[in-house]
Amino acid sequence: MTARFLSRYKLSILLIEKEIDIGSVTSAANTALVHPGYDPVSGSLKAKMNVAAVPLWLNLSEELNFAYERCGDFVVAIGQEELPQLDELVERGKRNGVTGMSIVSGDEMRKREPLINPAVSGALFAETGAMCDPFGVTLAAAENAVMNGVTILRDTAFEDFIIQNKRIVGVKTNRGAFGCRWAINAAGLFSDVVMHKAGVRPEFKITPRKGEYLILDRADFELQSVYFPVPTEISKGIMATNSVHGNTILGPTAHDQDDKEDKTNSESGLQEVLEGGRKLIPCVDPRHVIAVFAGLRAAGNAPCETPGVDYGHDFIVEIPATIQGLVNLGGIESPGLSSSPAIALRVIDLLKDAGEKLVEKSDWNPIRPARPRFRHMTHAQRQAVIEKDERYGRVVCRCENVTEGEIVAEIHSLVPATTYDAIKRRTWLGTGRCQGGFDLPRVTHILARELGISETAVSKKGGDSTFLLRPTKQAEDDHD
Amino acid sequence: MTNLHYDVVVVGSGPGGLAAAISARQNGAEKVLIIERDIELGGILLQCIHNGFGVEVFKEDLPGPSYAQRFIQQVHDLKIDTLLDSMVLEATPDRRLFITNRKLGIREIQARALVFAMGCRERTRAQIRLPGSRPAGVYTAGTAQRWVNVEGYMPGKRFVILGSGDIGMIMARRLTFEGAKVERVLEIMPYLSGLTRNYVQCLQDFDIPLQLNHTVKRIIGNNRVEAIEAAAVDEQRRIIPGSEEIIPCDTLLLSVGLIPENELSRQAGVRIDPVTAGAFVDSRFHTSVPGIFSAGNVVHVYDLVDWVTQAGLAAGKGAALFAQGKLAASDKVVRTQAGENVRYIVPHTFDPDLLAEEAIPLQMRVKQPIEAPVWVEAVCNGKSVTRKALPYARPGEMVTLNLKPDVVDSIRESGTLTVNITER
Repeated sequence: MTARFLSRYKLSILLIEKEIDIGSVTSAANTALVHPGYDPVSGSLKAKMNVAAVPLWLNLSEELNFAYERCGDFVVAIGQEELPQLDELVERGKRNGVTGMSIVSGDEMRKREPLINPAVSGALFAETGAMCDPFGVTLAAAENAVMNGVTILRDTAFEDFIIQNKRIVGVKTNRGAFGCRWAINAAGLFSDVVMHKAGVRPEFKITPRKGEYLILDRADFELQSVYFPVPTEISKGIMATNSVHGNTILGPTAHDQDDKEDKTNSESGLQEVLEGGRKLIPCVDPRHVIAVFAGLRAAGNAPCETPGVDYGHDFIVEIPATIQGLVNLGGIESPGLSSSPAIALRVIDLLKDAGEKLVEKSDWNPIRPARPRFRHMTHAQRQAVIEKDERYGRVVCRCENVTEGEIVAEIHSLVPATTYDAIKRRTWLGTGRCQGGFDLPRVTHILARELGISETAVSKKGGDSTFLLRPTKQAEDDHD
Repeated sequence: MTNLHYDVVVVGSGPGGLAAAISARQNGAEKVLIIERDIELGGILLQCIHNGFGVEVFKEDLPGPSYAQRFIQQVHDLKIDTLLDSMVLEATPDRRLFITNRKLGIREIQARALVFAMGCRERTRAQIRLPGSRPAGVYTAGTAQRWVNVEGYMPGKRFVILGSGDIGMIMARRLTFEGAKVERVLEIMPYLSGLTRNYVQCLQDFDIPLQLNHTVKRIIGNNRVEAIEAAAVDEQRRIIPGSEEIIPCDTLLLSVGLIPENELSRQAGVRIDPVTAGAFVDSRFHTSVPGIFSAGNVVHVYDLVDWVTQAGLAAGKGAALFAQGKLAASDKVVRTQAGENVRYIVPHTFDPDLLAEEAIPLQMRVKQPIEAPVWVEAVCNGKSVTRKALPYARPGEMVTLNLKPDVVDSIRESGTLTVNITER
């Protein structure tokens, strides 16, 4: 998001990403919500960024054309004992500057959401809560950045800074060194490692906090909105939410771990999600589950800098005094996605304050056009797009109605999809009830054809995550 | 968008769809259309290159593609229209379909009668909530089968198969033929979920171990499967601590069940039985929506293709009669009821007047295996109507009880017919 906002200025910008695709780690595995901002501790940078970002989202979604639905959200109190916590949240929300909050009665809640736990005693409604397609957000921002001159290098891992006279003048990567006047640390789970290379905040540590999720088939039921339980000390709790796909998402759990790569699901975690989901929506059944996943929140230990606020897990958005040429972002956990446009604007302010003369481009184009999405079209619109390109007439993913035309367009887009998962995140192909069982051989074929590679080189997520070993009737060299 | 009109439209060209179209044509429907999403007719039979097809229908043991070809030839001989590479996007209760095709674009098709024959899909790892990492190398057995038999690629060299479904066991043999090592087949239940003959011919004959009461505890490997952790389970299917074992492998195949594919049926308002996940049907495979029929694995999952063909023939005949206005609505209905140790029965209802004219096969699956001689007995008002003896009853093997016209008098006045399967 920062790259996209910075692309309006006359700057030469390089974005490096160690994964094979942008936004494929924490940004791709979260609850897919824009939070109103009543949850973060008052006075924290989290609260400020979250609340400042909320009014930016509608315009952003129209400029960048990603899925965003402002349906409002509810914090649901079950039983009388949870009711007082709603008032606390409203108070906190008011302190944070959140508008459009109201308390609805248990009766009203049951009327608005027939599937809600009948023991509901009341709920906090916040009208600025919204659902979004989180990967769509990062992809659209990246594409718009590329449209405006940003270069993106994927599969390019940061190794170290090049520092001269206490000033960062470049970065070393596995693909060589790049010179720069400013380096922006937006490394998420690895933001601690990156800032330590610049000698900044040696005490700062990211402790990955795993969140496991279940996705339920929209054929079984569709929720009306977004439902949180009353929050606990460490997280917003296991929620039940509709999504822009119409599928219900349950989760996340919140368990700290040391490993920054371990995104495995556990039996106990999935059970916890089911039980948590049932507290809000009792009819949830394991048979409704069509997908499971886990994401890691980049939880940090930065103390809040506002005097008098005792909070130890705040965002870092700063230009450190100890070194020149670094914009340092750290501990961007939830509500990180919600806050991202405000963080981007704050980075711009920090650069200006540091004396950087940011000159606007006369030809900056903030609009990233939408691509055809067969699933959302009327039959007449479908007819029109097939007449232009017949590949839009062939459905490859039968559950989500994704066509060959859409897949090919993503492979040849500004931030090209080169793996199965990259296509999945861009088109929602393979996310339905058959989980790719039908489309996988077909997509493998299309990827190989369009990329000019062998089908055995087509992978799920880059590296050695290839699907196929060898053609049949061909002996293996190492076969015993 | 040009509208097309047909007497009978069949969605899907697997064995059920092919039989339904042929039967519709032979029973008087003039304009018959088959819609198929793949680029050729035959459905999943085309990737089933093993034998075992046609023993009931042709008294011959054929590979899947050969079995399909016999029907495909008839489809051509009978001048049945086909729309290949075409996906049905929408189905309405008044039997209109909206399809998409590269060359034709979006078309609306009005059918006098409709046969849904979309088959089934495989249960996925998410549906059994398999824990662990999410690498490449976890496939359903059917996806692997398509890769090996149609696309010509091996998805790995060292396999573990979870689930003793038929496709899984058949793939265990197939992969062995292709030079892969199948370490073992794990089955969480205390009994086989597929056919015994597949266990003998595909696992035993190739020394591939089957472990009952075992499951996968977690998948290991970030990019590609590196191993799985297997474990034994108790009677409640809970993992027994201490029984865990790491099995190195690069591929995990899942053969953990098939689910009838009824998204279009639901759209069209067809009532679905939660037990079978298929439509409620009568003995002509007529669904709850007048003029919409349902045939084959989309109704319930069969174990033999021959039965799918029989179902298709019945559904096609019903559809042809409906299209010609010859299918009189009957007010006399007998309900079938799953009794002792019976999970479900198809059809759910039948017309006793129809039974007076022709035999009606009742098809069912047992809840629990009985490894001893059993009676399959139909009961009406507490009195036995008919029964047959079987040497055993297993959940993996469908049980058929043929109701013959001579029993109609003992059923006619009763609204319900119950079938029990109990030890003899």
